[in-house]
Amino acid sequence: MNVTLTVNGSHHAVDVPADTLLVDLLRTELGLTGTHVGCDTSQCGSCTVIKDGVSVKSCTVLAAQAEGASITTIEGLGSADDLHPMQAAFRECHALQCGFCTPGMIMAAVDLVRSAKANGAALDERSVREGLEGNFCRCTGYHNIVRAVLSAAAQMEATS
Amino acid sequence: MSSQGIGASVRRTEDMRFITGRGRYTDDFNLPRQTHAAFARSPYPHARITGVDTSAAKDVPGVSSVLTGADMAADGLGGLPCGWLVKSKDGSDMKQPPHPPLAAERVNYVGEPYAIVIADTPAAARAGAEAIIADFEELDAVAAVDQAIHAATIHPEAPENRCYLWSLGEEEATNEAIEAAAHVTSLKIVNNRLIPNAIEPRAALANFDASNGEITLYTTSQNPHLARLILAAFVQIAPEHKLRIIAPDVGGGFGSKIFVYSEETAVAWAAKRIGRPVKWTATRSESFLADAHGRDHVTHADLALDADGRFTALRVRTTANMGAYLSTFASSVPTYLYGTLLAGQYKTPNIHVEVEAVFTNTAPVDAYRGAGRPEATYVLERLVETAARELNMDPAELRRKNFIQPEDFPYQTPVALEYDVGDYEASLNKALELIDYKGFPERKKEANARGRKRGIGFSCYIEACGLAPSQLAISLGAGVGLYESGEVRVNPTGSVTVYTGSHSHGQGHETTFAQIVASRLGIPFEDVEIVHGDTGRVEFGLGTYGSRSAAVGGSAIVTATDKVIRKGARIAAHLLDADLDEVDFEDGIYKHRSSNASKTFGEVAFAAYVPADYPNDLEPGLSEKAFYDPNNFTYPAGTHICEVEVDPDTGTVEVVTFVAVDDFGTVINPMIVEGQVHGGLAQGIGQALFEHGIYDDFGQLITGSYMDYCMPRADDLPSFKVDTTVTPCSHNPLGVKGCGEAGAIGATPAVINAITDALGIREIEMPATPERVWRACKTAAEGGQ
Ligand code: FES
Ligand code: FES
Repeated sequence: MNVTLTVNGSHHAVDVPADTLLVDLLRTELGLTGTHVGCDTSQCGSCTVIKDGVSVKSCTVLAAQAEGASITTIEGLGSADDLHPMQAAFRECHALQCGFCTPGMIMAAVDLVRSAKANGAALDERSVREGLEGNFCRCTGYHNIVRAVLSAAAQMEATS
Repeated sequence: MSSQGIGASVRRTEDMRFITGRGRYTDDFNLPRQTHAAFARSPYPHARITGVDTSAAKDVPGVSSVLTGADMAADGLGGLPCGWLVKSKDGSDMKQPPHPPLAAERVNYVGEPYAIVIADTPAAARAGAEAIIADFEELDAVAAVDQAIHAATIHPEAPENRCYLWSLGEEEATNEAIEAAAHVTSLKIVNNRLIPNAIEPRAALANFDASNGEITLYTTSQNPHLARLILAAFVQIAPEHKLRIIAPDVGGGFGSKIFVYSEETAVAWAAKRIGRPVKWTATRSESFLADAHGRDHVTHADLALDADGRFTALRVRTTANMGAYLSTFASSVPTYLYGTLLAGQYKTPNIHVEVEAVFTNTAPVDAYRGAGRPEATYVLERLVETAARELNMDPAELRRKNFIQPEDFPYQTPVALEYDVGDYEASLNKALELIDYKGFPERKKEANARGRKRGIGFSCYIEACGLAPSQLAISLGAGVGLYESGEVRVNPTGSVTVYTGSHSHGQGHETTFAQIVASRLGIPFEDVEIVHGDTGRVEFGLGTYGSRSAAVGGSAIVTATDKVIRKGARIAAHLLDADLDEVDFEDGIYKHRSSNASKTFGEVAFAAYVPADYPNDLEPGLSEKAFYDPNNFTYPAGTHICEVEVDPDTGTVEVVTFVAVDDFGTVINPMIVEGQVHGGLAQGIGQALFEHGIYDDFGQLITGSYMDYCMPRADDLPSFKVDTTVTPCSHNPLGVKGCGEAGAIGATPAVINAITDALGIREIEMPATPERVWRACKTAAEGGQ
């Protein structure tokens, strides 16, 4: 079936089998391998991307459900020369080790900061931990991820 | 300290690609004409294969071939070997049953692969695997480690499912000391089975190049050279020089990616056989079924004390589960990485340990973060804490009383190891201060008022890292040396490319090793590039496990760098018209001591490659190699203290404070070291509170997905308080000891000691789930334990 969608600002029309998952469309059809697959039960969050402004687990979305949608993946969030504050904070706070969970973690964290702001809620350690409980990291013990998200949230607040 | 030298928290080089989605993991690679593989796996824990009908599978659209265990056997492929030969106490060799990569006659655990299906797409390959019709004759199975010897025999080579019965230490003296003791503390201790769960599942992509007969295998490996050696020498997939293994970015390992597995082997074999690239990426379900699991011990242990509370003897009897086959290093884990650690930080004069390793119808069990050392620490630190309570002594003071003292080093333990340095009280004191031990009774009272039970638990661990002196390891049964290689190639423009046999899958070698070389050569950090994980680029290596990278791999790099510096000095002496012994090297500059004339490292490098004005008796070029073989293990040690609060109504445990004070020797990059500790702590706490790989009585894996296997999540864990003390390792050039496993070793007993303290009970099984804790609260309230 044909799916048309916008990914990181570029328009794409692809022809994929009807049971194709969004994550496979991104990785295989578009070669955007920054989005990872870590499980088969929608638990780990490695595949998290932003769809129409909201984070989704792209292993749990059919490509067909992304018809007409606008998707942002880690590749579209910021570049090496112009990092998104969340990307910069992950590096600064050593919030990644093997890097496998990192793209999904960063996308989930970006959405966490956005939705907290939309709800007028201030993030603290507890709410960051709860907000990221759908993303597994086996390397960092989450300690530095929490620090990074709080630091980026402050940064994003200051610059918006 | 310079801002990027040793001791600086340099931000990581590798992060830029990971945070922008440009990391390159095995599954991110694709090759022209690539096919996809899926495996048919046994649904039975133990069965005879009586027939495999592949015709329906071959008819599935997109499927191009179906290869079975019988096909592999017909091709003459060897089995997967275990790399460490352990001898039983009667001198006999351990039993090593054959381990065919694809089962042909029997299957011995649920998930064991017996056929590989190749197709155009992953979906077609999976459909093909499902269409295979295999006939099995089911046999009796056993999963539980303490049932194995009474169960049906799995391998005819191993009667009663015994692999070996190994022992270490003085049995008689230990028994006598226990008889004579003023007090003996005895415990039955179960170390729960864990499933490693690196977030990147295993994957492999193999290509056969018919023009030169070379196989290239991209795979998720912690030690590509070792994989190449095994696949060439034992499995005989291709000669070593025709096999290239590339382990690109690897998404975590924790031990589970050390081993040579069936699937990667079958993929490489199939690619050659069909003449097209073959790719396989595990689903998480496959990871649960077929990654090597960890731990799974049952132990009875006795600690004897004299009337003053001094430890006089320790006796340990352990049964260790090997699973259905001996995985690559399985046999060494409950022996040389376990029994030898039982002295811990203490001067216990008599120790005897006996380990029976058994086969069961479960996935193979092998090294998982800490590998043997967490199990040893758990036994010892549970015993010590329990003894303190039985004797009404402060658990910190009982430990202090028994510590090996700084003046006792080098200290020969009764279980083979010789510790070189340490200061255990320094770590204990710092940890007590960080947790505000004096304030604990007040905090407990306050928690009580809120209806919560608060407890504190200690763990003073030691580990043996920096594996390992080769001769010693080989004399104890290792099949390979455990040195490491390093090569420092200075480019004509003065930048440096470093090749290491270590492998980074999260540890940050590209940063840490560059810090070492840059600071030694006095050149900018950015001018140093680290290459690892490719047998086509790196000469040789033993890989990364057992917290060995900095201590062994880093030392090899230092040695090679120093050779470069020495050769550079000869060139500089010539250029400066000076005697060699008049040339000093500092901060990247060769200086003539008397004239103060100087040459930069870059000028010397250029001269080495453009040897116009050059010593007659010296080869051009500036590139040096080293193999570093340590002469002892390193001995990181520390104190971890955990405070928990238990809600008696729900049984939930909250880790309120966790303090870890570790002595890793010299620290190269504190930020990275702290990160390693955090990750280890999460895994150690995970074992204590959440994680458990469970097989039912029939050998079916109950915890086969993230729905059933409880991974520690962000909201399950606290922020950690970590600090270090430093006694530099005495026998490697960096003074480093290794930090990768400490958290996973120290944390587990600290958590369980804290829970049992909170509830005023003696024991609780791991993981201490809310149900278990709730039941324990109830029993305690009813005046039970
Ligand atoms: S891959 Fe999507 S949640 Fe795990
Ligand atoms: S950094 Fe490795 S899983 Fe998170």
